[in-house]
Amino acid sequence: MALKAKQINETTKWQDLTEGLQIYEPATSKLFETGEWRTQTPEFYEDKCKQCLLCVPYCPDSCIPVVEGQRRAFDLMHCKGCGICEKACPFGAIKMREGK
Amino acid sequence: MGVKNRMSGNEAVAHAIRQINPDVMPAFPITPSTEIPQFVSNMIANGEVDTEFIPVESEHSAMSAAMGSEAAGARTITATSSCGLALMWEVLYVAASSRLPLTMTVVNRGLTGPLNINAEHSDSMGARDSGWLQIYAENNQEVYDNLLQAYRIAEHKDVLLPIMICQDGFITSHAVENIELEEDEPIKAFVGKYEPEHYLLKAGETMAMGPYATSPYCMEAKRAQAQAMMNAKKVILDVAEEYAAITGRKYGFFEEYRLKDAAFALVAIGSACGTIKDAVDDLRKHGVKAGLLKVRVFRPFPGEEMARALSHVKAVAIMDRCESYSCNGGPLGSELMAAMYRNKNKAEAINIVYGLSGRDITVNDVKDVFERLKTIAQEGVKDTQYTYLGLRE
Amino acid sequence: MNELIEIRWHGRGGQGAKTAALLLADVAFKIGKHVQGFPEYGPERMGAPITAYDRISDNQIRVHSNIYEPNFVVVVDETLLHSVDVTKGIKQGGAILINTERKSEELMPYLNGYKGRVYTINAREVCMKTLGKYFPNTPMLAAIVKITGMMDTEQFLNEMENSLKHKFAKKPEVLDGNMKALKLALEEVH
Repeated sequence: MALKAKQINETTKWQDLTEGLQIYEPATSKLFETGEWRTQTPEFYEDKCKQCLLCVPYCPDSCIPVVEGQRRAFDLMHCKGCGICEKACPFGAIKMREGK
Repeated sequence: MGVKNRMSGNEAVAHAIRQINPDVMPAFPITPSTEIPQFVSNMIANGEVDTEFIPVESEHSAMSAAMGSEAAGARTITATSSCGLALMWEVLYVAASSRLPLTMTVVNRGLTGPLNINAEHSDSMGARDSGWLQIYAENNQEVYDNLLQAYRIAEHKDVLLPIMICQDGFITSHAVENIELEEDEPIKAFVGKYEPEHYLLKAGETMAMGPYATSPYCMEAKRAQAQAMMNAKKVILDVAEEYAAITGRKYGFFEEYRLKDAAFALVAIGSACGTIKDAVDDLRKHGVKAGLLKVRVFRPFPGEEMARALSHVKAVAIMDRCESYSCNGGPLGSELMAAMYRNKNKAEAINIVYGLSGRDITVNDVKDVFERLKTIAQEGVKDTQYTYLGLRE
Repeated sequence: MNELIEIRWHGRGGQGAKTAALLLADVAFKIGKHVQGFPEYGPERMGAPITAYDRISDNQIRVHSNIYEPNFVVVVDETLLHSVDVTKGIKQGGAILINTERKSEELMPYLNGYKGRVYTINAREVCMKTLGKYFPNTPMLAAIVKITGMMDTEQFLNEMENSLKHKFAKKPEVLDGNMKALKLALEEVH
């Protein structure tokens, strides 16, 4: 039986891998913690935010969740700390700080 | 039951393709395999097959398109030779590591240079470590039979690897010879429908193929791929047995021709084996215990089985229609000698490079090799173990 | 018939020597023989000398080398006598067939001391009388079948008629001319 993507890790034996490392489920990139690569972290200042949502399409890693038309706190599991959102925000509601 | 006919090796391949009726054929013409896409195009125009032919701009594209269509879930075939195969190189490995069971008919021709169009095994032998299965033919009959068995082997769930079905350029591809063809119905039933478990266009399943893999995963993936090659051994024999039940023609990893009681043996691949058989028969009439081991399956390499089949001979000449420039002999010579060493064979063994770029090999040439083996059996190998046959020097 | 007949064809690229060799294999197959018909490929172009081969046998043919000691040689183009050693290796008891308007005695000086049988046919004349165009293949094929004695000439004509009927189903006039050419060639080979 092929393992599910979330069951595969660096201890998985060769016998348990799928043929050609094929993946038979969608959106498995969600399982991968790219936030670990981050050296700078975006800080969200909610009081300055006008909910214009410009930051959302600019984020290359889809780390800004939108619920009922309102942006919410950063998804830091996938945020690589690129800082594009800081540049995209016209209201200074996002500031990058050093560190995770 | 077979129907007697006569045709060239390329026509035999086309006939098999008609019976298989693959879904897609991307191909780019190159001598001496050009006739194959040409014949298939005719069959498509005549409505004899419903294969989708993709005219591509190069062999790199042909193999890429073949990979794409196979990944999408379509049974796919392509054909090539020589430099065409070389241009596919990058994608050959991707097809194998993506575990796509597509088929390629290779009409063997030397790789340039010097520029030449004739028979040699350097093209497919160069791709021997690309992860493809490789089956070679002595004549038109065998290339037909091998191609009909190809998908059953490649598509088997324990294998899932691409397969090359090889024959010698011009010598068999363009020679009209007698052949027994099978009726369409039993062959279609034997080949069966292509029903892959996973494919990109499968409704209701999301699938990713060919992912980037970091070093903690690559070795495991490659080991799994090697296992598929090992599994292919049993599958090749099972499929051959089933094919024999329908056609009466039996195949294995190799053919042992008068080898059981032979003192001197040649090991060879392809069309030269017919010539060697005639020489063996002549020599047997004169009391020389000559024999032949004809290699059919080169990948997976049946090294242990061949070493065992040769365990009783006094001297063996391993014939390579290919120079590997390794200073250690041709590919068949190097690999088989290693297998014989592991099996602790006692035979004296030499490796002979012959027939490069279509250089003819005759019954008399073969007899000369057996003469050498007789001397070697008594005196041991005195000169180099690796020599050329019929070289002017 | 011998166990194995080996034939070597000499022609020039574009004259159809290869096609003739394959046609001969075809006819021999139809009377139940094992056959091999194959060209020798090189950098040939239109007009360059080419070689093609036939093996015809009652038994399975396994050898895959060229033919060096043929029983018969067919020369489709007489001008080759000046540049190619066409009689090379002809077996004892064998024969050579040459397309020429000359008599065989006149050709001997060009045959490198060859002492065996020489047959000639004026394929051009046969073609012009029957087809109105020069296709040396057809008469050469009939002539070599007669010389080798590999099959009864009636049987040969029947087989040829069947396959030409199939090949030229839409051009019956071509069939007629070809059949006449074959029949005339059988008479005109000396």
